[in-house]
Amino acid sequence: MYSAADLRKGLKITLDGDPYLVIAFDFSKPGKGQALYRTKMRNMINGTILDRTYRSGETFEPARLEERAMQYLYKEGDNFCFMDNQNYEQIAISEDLLGDSKYYLIDNLMVEVLLFGDKPIGVNTPNFVNLRVLQTDPWIKGDTTGSDSKPATLETGYVLRVPPFIEEGELITIDTRTGEYSTRVKG
Amino acid sequence: MAINRILSDRRAALTRRAATIREIRRYFQDRDYLEVETPLLIPAPAPESHIDAFQVGSWFLHTSPELCMKRLLAAGYDRIFQICSCWRQGERGKRHLPEFTMLEWYRSGCDYLGLMEECEAMIRQVVEAADYGTNFTFHNQHIDLSVPWERISVREAFLRYSSVTMEEACKRDQFDEVMVEDIEPHLGLSRPTFIYDYPAERGALARLRQDDPSVAERFELYMGGVELANAFTELTDPEEQRTRFANEEKYRRSIGKPPYPIPEKFLNELTDMPPSAGIALGVDRLVMLLLDAAAIDEVVAFTPEEL
Repeated sequence: MYSAADLRKGLKITLDGDPYLVIAFDFSKPGKGQALYRTKMRNMINGTILDRTYRSGETFEPARLEERAMQYLYKEGDNFCFMDNQNYEQIAISEDLLGDSKYYLIDNLMVEVLLFGDKPIGVNTPNFVNLRVLQTDPWIKGDTTGSDSKPATLETGYVLRVPPFIEEGELITIDTRTGEYSTRVKG
Repeated sequence: MAINRILSDRRAALTRRAATIREIRRYFQDRDYLEVETPLLIPAPAPESHIDAFQVGSWFLHTSPELCMKRLLAAGYDRIFQICSCWRQGERGKRHLPEFTMLEWYRSGCDYLGLMEECEAMIRQVVEAADYGTNFTFHNQHIDLSVPWERISVREAFLRYSSVTMEEACKRDQFDEVMVEDIEPHLGLSRPTFIYDYPAERGALARLRQDDPSVAERFELYMGGVELANAFTELTDPEEQRTRFANEEKYRRSIGKPPYPIPEKFLNELTDMPPSAGIALGVDRLVMLLLDAAAIDEVVAFTPEEL
């Protein structure tokens, strides 16, 4: 059982029998008033977005989801295919259910597939993944006017900001929890 | 390169923060305010329905320096200010830290309207002296400090921005929700907003308006939808204050919160307190606004999660 004070981005709760993922969360406390927990939640099955405001003391059931270790195989149309290495069972998950996770899927990556009953509803990627830089502008040395980051496109199509010294073809580590650049992989 | 890159990257913000605090001090010192330091660890915090103190042994970390500063007022210190850490349990979000920095100042012979003017003058002066200019952008809102600041009563704000009246919202126990969802997002957008005259039950330490006792002489300052300061014409009637504390305490117990001892010394000395007004302003939030920070985290050296 969760209470309102446990609410945070990424928490999964059950509402009216459906699993919901908290996608935005804001703690508010109007002057001298009570703590309010403003949440935006996405229905993990049909994608509906709900805005709800809770008070401290309100409670929620966690969403009971099964996590199964699976390997990412390939993309086919709008579907991404995964395989359970124990029994070789394969499942396909549509792009829209994957959300930003699709940007971190490189061949053979081990992920946790989320199942609500028998239904795959998403994947958890490792907190850090290494991805190759496909395109980014070269670093002009001595450029003191520029900002301390520049855009780069990765092999999965993901576009993010990286430090200026990153070059095309380099492998970089992404923090999948924030979607941000973490570090350069040496060698 | 430092191992803790996040911390080393905060240098600019921490430098601006220090400059801001320096200018706040200068403002009050130049106007004959006495800077005071009251104890952070106290035996009895002010009982307030929705503010929870951290207990340390049988004492508490103060949630604001209010009670001690009012004892100073009562003892004849007529213009005082303090910049100190305050602690409030369970408050953590983009604009909240359980340990934060508060600026409080009190002035005798002044009411909340006088304090509004001083608050406006102080922030204008500090912002300019700390080299932020006369206007700034916060979360894509352009806020101009140089034009007269907006003043709107809570009652008017409910009429203008929500579908219920202030009285109706109180009756339905929806005041906080309406405030947060419908009203706050409109406050202080192009210039700062003072919102004043709160429902009487929402100003536990404030004087009621004589011509309309349904509201308390209390205001809040908002900038960019962010609550920045809270002020009262202070209640100076010890018996009335005792009753209000008892009500707050009763509410706290009814929802299972731990009881606080009654701040007896404060209540006794309140008899001597001259008519005064006082205000508390979140220093972290002011810096956060001026630096257009996404979260309060960016303007402190360490958040609790980073310790």
